[in-house]
Amino acid sequence: MSKFGERWDASFRQLVAEAGIMALKDSKIDGSAIQAVFGGCMASGRFLGQEHIGALIVDQLGLNPIASTRLEAACASGSVAFRSGIMAVASGMYDMVAVGGVEKMTEVSVEDAATALGGAGDQEWELFQGATFPALYALMARRHMKEYGTTEEQMALCAVKNHENGSKNPYAQYQNKITLETAMNSAVIASPLKLFDCSPISDGAAVAILCETSKAKKICEQPIEIIASAQASDTLALAQRKSLTELNATKVAAKQAFEQAKLKPKDIQTAEVHDCFTIAEIMAVEDLGFFEKGKAGKAIEAGETKLNSAISVNTSGGLKACGHPVGATGVKQIVEAVWQLRGQGGQRQANGVEHALTHNVGGSGATATVHIFKRA
Amino acid sequence: MVWREIPERYNLIGSTCENCKQEFFPQRLICPNCRRKGKLVEKKMPDEGKIFSFTQVHSGAKGFENETPYTLAIVEMPNGVRVLGHIVDAQPEKIKIGTKVKAVFRRIFAEGEEGIIAYGFKFKVAD
Amino acid sequence: MVNGKVGIVGYGAYVPRYRITAEEIGKVWNKDGKRTGASLGVSEKAVAAWDEDSATIAVQASRTAIESGRINPNDIGAIFIGSESKPYAVKPTATIVAEACGCSGNLTAADFEFACKAGTAGIQACIGMVASGMIKVGLAVGSDTAQGRPNDALEFTAASGGAAMLIGEGEPLALINQTLSYTTDTPDFWRRQHAEFPTHAGRFTGEPAYFKHVSTASKRLMEKVGTTAKDYTHAVFHQPNGKFPVKVGMDLGFDKKQLEAGLVTPLIGNTYSGASMVGLAAVLDVAKEGDRIFVCSYGSGAGSDAFDITVTKYIEGKRAKTPVRRMIEDKEYVSYATYAKFRKKIKDLE
Repeated sequence: MSKFGERWDASFRQLVAEAGIMALKDSKIDGSAIQAVFGGCMASGRFLGQEHIGALIVDQLGLNPIASTRLEAACASGSVAFRSGIMAVASGMYDMVAVGGVEKMTEVSVEDAATALGGAGDQEWELFQGATFPALYALMARRHMKEYGTTEEQMALCAVKNHENGSKNPYAQYQNKITLETAMNSAVIASPLKLFDCSPISDGAAVAILCETSKAKKICEQPIEIIASAQASDTLALAQRKSLTELNATKVAAKQAFEQAKLKPKDIQTAEVHDCFTIAEIMAVEDLGFFEKGKAGKAIEAGETKLNSAISVNTSGGLKACGHPVGATGVKQIVEAVWQLRGQGGQRQANGVEHALTHNVGGSGATATVHIFKRA
Repeated sequence: MVWREIPERYNLIGSTCENCKQEFFPQRLICPNCRRKGKLVEKKMPDEGKIFSFTQVHSGAKGFENETPYTLAIVEMPNGVRVLGHIVDAQPEKIKIGTKVKAVFRRIFAEGEEGIIAYGFKFKVAD
Repeated sequence: MVNGKVGIVGYGAYVPRYRITAEEIGKVWNKDGKRTGASLGVSEKAVAAWDEDSATIAVQASRTAIESGRINPNDIGAIFIGSESKPYAVKPTATIVAEACGCSGNLTAADFEFACKAGTAGIQACIGMVASGMIKVGLAVGSDTAQGRPNDALEFTAASGGAAMLIGEGEPLALINQTLSYTTDTPDFWRRQHAEFPTHAGRFTGEPAYFKHVSTASKRLMEKVGTTAKDYTHAVFHQPNGKFPVKVGMDLGFDKKQLEAGLVTPLIGNTYSGASMVGLAAVLDVAKEGDRIFVCSYGSGAGSDAFDITVTKYIEGKRAKTPVRRMIEDKEYVSYATYAKFRKKIKDLE
């Protein structure tokens, strides 16, 4: 992956190259072995006026004339691109594919970026009414607080923990730790969510290279096997969901994933979950089954999601501290899972990782994907 | 285009499926329960409801910057349908989960000084 | 008699929630606002919120009228909206009101302008169309979010508000016995096309303008129907401030008690096209069967529409759900800064 952050130094193309070259070096294969590319990118049109990202990526990587396709599922663009890569290899149509997630969000003003992100929700009935993304998650947070007694402090502690992890991740946007006090005193964006409850605007790219497992074992030292890949959907608009305190798409995808992998939540040692807002992390760890519904707040307070506690959640720093270039996040989570399984997590390495899980969400929960990995 | 949605935006005209009786807002073309077996017809939603969740938006969306902080809420109508809209004319202390509200007609936004004005529903605390 | 059958079949008013006091306005200009307010007879005025305009006010008033009169919107055959602060210079407010009230497409509609009497002109047009059998029910609305020039006397009185009258023959809550107007070309108050604020001719707006037209129309109407001031229970005059209507009323022989129910400007300011009609709505909120009501509006430019009205037995079942006085009491004060922001007087905005 490229370093995430406000990458004034790098254009969209340069981010693609940065992550792409790193992935190829890591895989030790020659670029000519790649037969197809799948790129995840949410809103290059709104951020840069650039569409046809599939073509741009394959061109920048010097891989013409192979097939290249862009996929979009809002903030889950990266992981749905990854799923297409899996299907391409699993179906036997291709032997070796590259999957990338890229987003460059800092070329436009913060207001325009927020408007572009608003397209992940229901433009006509949410953004049109003045609902920003923080507002949508704030509506969920308030219900969660009402139904389960979750507190603003518990939400803020997610951000504190993620910054703690991020400070150990050289690729993370934010290298600083924060205190609970800083988070609690930060400006209100959409009550009860404050500045530090929200993931930032970022640039970045991440790339993964996939092939069939037995072949992977011949190519690289420590191949990582994908033992589950699942995706589910829910209504686009928040007002039409059955519940505001859970993401049913996460629950459905998680159930399918655990069934595929023949595992249970307790078998996972580390998970990258979609913390676009702190409340999203709380709902995620509940919906994925790591904690009972309504109990995550207390668990986080008790430190049960910290590095090397009950489950190491968001060792990368999560979306909050590592950054959230929307189309790239899904693939970055997978890159972090790979590093954790290989023991390459440096100072943020979780102990005894046998299974890693990644969870990526689009919009306010209309799309969710869950992947589970182990060492091959 | 706002014009296409005038019945929904001005008058809260949603849909109901004559087969499964569920009501929807905004209007739907396909019933998610019955799909081809469903028969969707227009139906006006109730004008009143209760606040299901709310938030005070301080960092406003484009076109709403001068109104911050504004209150958005998901309002639940007696027929089970939930709608997202602004709460206007209310003191923040009065806005709680469960507060009764009723629909009013307001400007949503204007496309600059020379563009079309979009009108629609917002909600006011009911006495 | 018009025809002895046509009258008001539903009515409604809308006063925005926000208020600014004369004192608060005075502070900005280093004037004793309280004293200025007292001399004008206006202590505070209604302020439309950022997301309100004369169209939203017209819709709210019209919806109330339709509901209180239990009118089927499909029966409305004409809609006339009077305003001098239309959201669009070209594009009728009347069609927005038509859609928002659930009317069918089978109607005629237009927006009227005649300063503060645009709404009552609409009432007269509806009377004609109903009495001639052209339509079953007509909707006439006076609605404004008047522009108050900063540091001008009218800034203390220019306010937002409106009222709607549904005209028809089916069980009217009040019969409109007769109507009469007096119109001349008199330049007392005007606004050129692209000007942001109206201009007024100072003291010229008094005797040769307001008083001349209100008196003339009122006297001629009373002559025509054979009444004097004593025959009326209530009287409503156009009320640009709290003083003019009282003076003209007393000059015509009315006493303060007759003027009381319909005098709303002292607490909400001058709602321009809405003024006389909001006053009439306030009277209808409390009037009883058999009460006779005298109404005379005034619009700068200039003209007056006078009406002789008798309340019927149907009033009890058709009173507006929210009385005008309750809307007047349901208020929240704003500072001048908020007022300037809401009324988009801060140059950076919009």
